[in-house]
Amino acid sequence: MKNRIDLLFEKKHAEILSVYFTAGFPERDDTLPLLELLEAGGADMVEIGIPFSDPLADGPVIQQSSSAALKNGMSMRLLFSQLRDVRKKISMPLILMGYLNPVLQFGMENFCRSCRESGIDGVILPDLPPDMFEEEYKEMFAEYGLHIIFLITPQTSEERVRRIDDLSGGFVYLVSDSATTGSRNSFSEKQQIYFERIRAMKLRNPSLIGFGIHNRETFTRACGFASGAIVGSAFIRSLAENKDIMQAVQSFVQSVKKENHDHSVA
Amino acid sequence: MNYQVSEKGFYGEFGGAFIPEMLYPNVEELRSRYLEIMAEPAFREAFHHLLKHYVGRPSPLYEAKRLSQQYGARIFLKREDLNHTGAHKINNTIGQILVAQRLGKKRIIAETGAGQHGVATATVCALMGLECIVYMGEVDIQRQAPNVARMKMLGAKVVPACSGSKTLKDATNEAIRDWINNPGNTHYIIGSVVGPHPYPDMVARFQSIISEEIRVQLKEQTGSELPDYVIACVGGGSNAAGAFYHFLDDEKVKLVAVEAAGKGIGSGFSAATTTLGKPGIIHGSKTLLMQTEDGQIIEPHSISAGLDYPGIGPVHAHLFESGRGIFLSATDEAALRAGFLLTRLEGIIPALESAHALAALDQLQFKKEDTVVLNLSGRGDKDLETYMKYLPS
Ligand SMILES: Cc1ncc(COP(=O)(O)O)c(C=O)c1O
Repeated sequence: MKNRIDLLFEKKHAEILSVYFTAGFPERDDTLPLLELLEAGGADMVEIGIPFSDPLADGPVIQQSSSAALKNGMSMRLLFSQLRDVRKKISMPLILMGYLNPVLQFGMENFCRSCRESGIDGVILPDLPPDMFEEEYKEMFAEYGLHIIFLITPQTSEERVRRIDDLSGGFVYLVSDSATTGSRNSFSEKQQIYFERIRAMKLRNPSLIGFGIHNRETFTRACGFASGAIVGSAFIRSLAENKDIMQAVQSFVQSVKKENHDHSVA
Repeated sequence: MNYQVSEKGFYGEFGGAFIPEMLYPNVEELRSRYLEIMAEPAFREAFHHLLKHYVGRPSPLYEAKRLSQQYGARIFLKREDLNHTGAHKINNTIGQILVAQRLGKKRIIAETGAGQHGVATATVCALMGLECIVYMGEVDIQRQAPNVARMKMLGAKVVPACSGSKTLKDATNEAIRDWINNPGNTHYIIGSVVGPHPYPDMVARFQSIISEEIRVQLKEQTGSELPDYVIACVGGGSNAAGAFYHFLDDEKVKLVAVEAAGKGIGSGFSAATTTLGKPGIIHGSKTLLMQTEDGQIIEPHSISAGLDYPGIGPVHAHLFESGRGIFLSATDEAALRAGFLLTRLEGIIPALESAHALAALDQLQFKKEDTVVLNLSGRGDKDLETYMKYLPS
């Protein structure tokens, strides 16, 4: 079967909305309900975060969701058991995102096998060096039909962007700014030059822009430079602020996505 | 056996640079430049000039006669406590500030546990007129108050780390996040042989002045450059790495690393990483790490803020796995006892960290003719409040 991420990018070239949430937040068993709500609400893809005690690359919002999730009892094993039947209900592509240490303790091959069994399409491990992926895990990922998605930042050299593009599958993740998740407000001129520079490189993979996308304005502007955008902290904040996850998803999706139908909000 | 770092930044299976892409340019810049910078004659001259005239090196190698009598061996103390700012940490910060200048950095960040590294960083920033931000766990801000005051007086901004156990690990997380958020103008002065390559190697090289001096001083005092034992405490492991450095290939020299057992190895309140840890990744390097089955990092405990860390530098993980190092641990209580003992026998108040190394003397069987060098990594001024709570009446 073809990877669902590839299928998504084949049929949709613009305005792809990918949403990140931390598994186990706000409640331990919210994973499946959130996926259903997000799919129904119009998300094109979801990145499920595996909580970690020491999330180095994350700002305060995702850090707090991570520690709350761990307190709620979330673990890798529990997450995979929650995802066992996910494909009976959810058809959009799903990505797992996490730090390397919990994955290594679970065992990389065990992890890849569990991903495949539950219908996960791609993996983002920000602290896995591309060199090590190539030497140790590339074939394993191919064998289990999993894409790995690496990050690119404004400081990533052209040569390294090419290499990351070569190793990545599905899409590449353009970090909008060199910063932890959740910082910053809108895009500066410097960032636009960076997005343009990457676009002009005509990478083999499509790209999505993430970090700092938090409302319709930033989403739309990001979509001007890439196939779509990834929203993380802003969604987590919405989950933290709304008691009811249904409300959180609705108000969030509405605030980010242009309505596809008649009654679109100007 | 090779105990030095490999081309790719590994000590055996440990080390490497497991960092998010946002950190890559910072770390890569340092990696590609540090050896060349450190080899420049002008750099070496500036480094050694400051070590001599500013830090007060060489630090004495003092034969502690009354302590020797107590333990039945010839014990020498390497007096890093007499350095300017009161610990070995300044050797590294002098080196790194000179590197930072050559990289054109204007803003310096650091993490600190006991506050010694924070003070040493704030000191060199004052000396060079650079902006300084120090991350420190909230718990450590409480228990090492004198050092917080010193940092502030030196002009540093002390930022509390409020996540996790609010100690050294969490301060390090915050410092790394700061570095991610401030690419370009900022240098991160890591305080121990931890973090992504090239930090463990660079810090060990700066601290290697300790064993370089020990060899010369020991030869003068005993006729031999080689002791039977070198003993040092290990938090991240920088003072130990420096004290071991020039003895690594002299396999007959026993290298003893002492970790903090906290309230006891099995108590759930400990920082004895080699006993309690498994291979894992912390702060960008693969090393031994205290963690749950699920790969979550366990909050450590030690009475000593400088040893209250759930990992160890990758060089030490390799010394442990290869058998080159002897790894012991000392409880809070044993360290306190050893601290009081040294004070009464020799008139030297050791840092609580160093007191762990002293406590290991109880666990070793010496022969009368053994020569023992113990690295007294710092002085106890910062720990007086803790010591006073336990003062024997
Ligand atoms: C006096 C002293 N010794 C030892 C340490 C532990 O650090 P390391 O293991 O890197 O030498 C510290 C850290 O704060 C310290 O202040």
